Amino acid sequence: MKQHDTSAGAPVRLRDVAVRYPGADRDAVAGVDLDIPGGALVVLLGPSGCGKSTLLRTVNRLVVPYRGTIEVDGHDVTASDPQALRRGIGYVIQAVGLFPHLTVAQNVAIVPQLLSWTPEAIAARVDELLDLVRLEPARYRNRLPRDLSGGEQQRVGVARALAARPRVLLMDEPFGAVDAIVRTSLQDETLRLHRALGTTILFVTHDVDEALRLADRIVVMKDGRIEQDGTPLHVLAKPATTYVETLLDAKDAVRRLSLLCARDAMRNAARPVDGAPQVAASETLRAALSRLLEGADAVAVVDEGRVIGSLSFAEIRAALVANER
Amino acid sequence: MSFVLRHPSEIAWRTAEHVELVLIALVIACAIALPLGIYVARHRRLGDLLLGGLNVIYTIPSLALLALLVPLFGIGTTTALIALVAYALMILVRNVVAGIHGVPFALVDAARGLGMSSRQTLWRVEIPQALPVMLGGARLATITLIALATLASWVNAGGLGTLVLYGLQHDDPARALVGSAIAALLAIFSDTFLRALERRITVR
Repeated sequence: MKQHDTSAGAPVRLRDVAVRYPGADRDAVAGVDLDIPGGALVVLLGPSGCGKSTLLRTVNRLVVPYRGTIEVDGHDVTASDPQALRRGIGYVIQAVGLFPHLTVAQNVAIVPQLLSWTPEAIAARVDELLDLVRLEPARYRNRLPRDLSGGEQQRVGVARALAARPRVLLMDEPFGAVDAIVRTSLQDETLRLHRALGTTILFVTHDVDEALRLADRIVVMKDGRIEQDGTPLHVLAKPATTYVETLLDAKDAVRRLSLLCARDAMRNAARPVDGAPQVAASETLRAALSRLLEGADAVAVVDEGRVIGSLSFAEIRAALVANER
Repeated sequence: MSFVLRHPSEIAWRTAEHVELVLIALVIACAIALPLGIYVARHRRLGDLLLGGLNVIYTIPSLALLALLVPLFGIGTTTALIALVAYALMILVRNVVAGIHGVPFALVDAARGLGMSSRQTLWRVEIPQALPVMLGGARLATITLIALATLASWVNAGGLGTLVLYGLQHDDPARALVGSAIAALLAIFSDTFLRALERRITVR
């Protein structure tokens, strides 16, 4: 990864933010406080109409709250010029919103162009971004959005959002319109980009599995308020309200296992596990359990080709119990 | 046929006059319709009022409109042009508005979210996206004006209508027929050409 792509993410701070749409009889967002440290990947989760998208859109001032303050990197967003603010914040939406009359390269170049970069700098950046989202520049540069698959379109959408190296990226149900397999691969890409770039990401979704997969931290919303705010494991293990419990299906032990890592639950390689099925140390306990159920007493945990520990039903249960405390 | 052979220069002259009337009226109408349409699209309430006003003009029978304009602007090209522009405006403005309102919200949202000003959003996203619909309006206006311009001869503004009018008044059906036929051909040709152009620029 090149050096300029590692600029750390900016913190985002919301204080008592309230939004009401004209003609509505209640607040769409009803006094929300949220502190997002730089570089975090925070998922706003909830059903449609819970205010999660509205809250997201206050950060780049597409929605203006009637009360409260929003700070990005310590600067009050209502005090800055909205166009300048938005050019510094990446924005990806569900419908992708690629401009159909512009080529892939022209779409990706929008923000650098608004910022008056030189044509050479823009061309170089476009190629770099297409590489970043794994679209071969020579093949994709001059194509029109209509000639791309849904997954490819959304990759271009992400490239466009990252063009001017924003320190905050807003993603509003970005993968809602693509099929499950493509969605999973786009989620992987998002995690990879997040690790590589360190950008602060605010991600809105109503898909619980997506939230659990991506989030450092999940913010569960209902009726414009935060119901619970915590790590995926914490929210699953200790749902604050029955609403959260129902929404996340928190009692589902298998779902929780998919958030626990084999490395953290294993017993160190005390006993021999010759011939046992293997899981990678970075895999989830859910994967380990599934291998156990295929018919084994224990699985070997492997890291870089070396067996470093073992897992049996006992360790998996112990991990679940420990997680509940 | 013999009329065509005997008067080729008159036919050419009247056709040129006709095309000139239509083109001048179109250029003026487009120049007014684009900003007006953008305004109407962005200001719903006042916009509906404006559109209503244009609609009233549109419903006045064309001959009656010409008759109403003569006391104000006299006999001649000016009166004919004002009538033609008035009719074209309705069609053009309505299509500019429909085109802009037809742009998907996601595109406007993305444009604003990326940091475009409302002017940049208009010129870089809304107008390019609305172009096929706006061009559709221009096509409709063109063929309407080609038909309407035959009435220009009533106020002595020339055009193919002169052939038709003279032909009818002097029992010279060939002359009237040639005038109408050329107007019809002009309309068909313009329609085909503009349709092809529309197809070319439509990218969705």
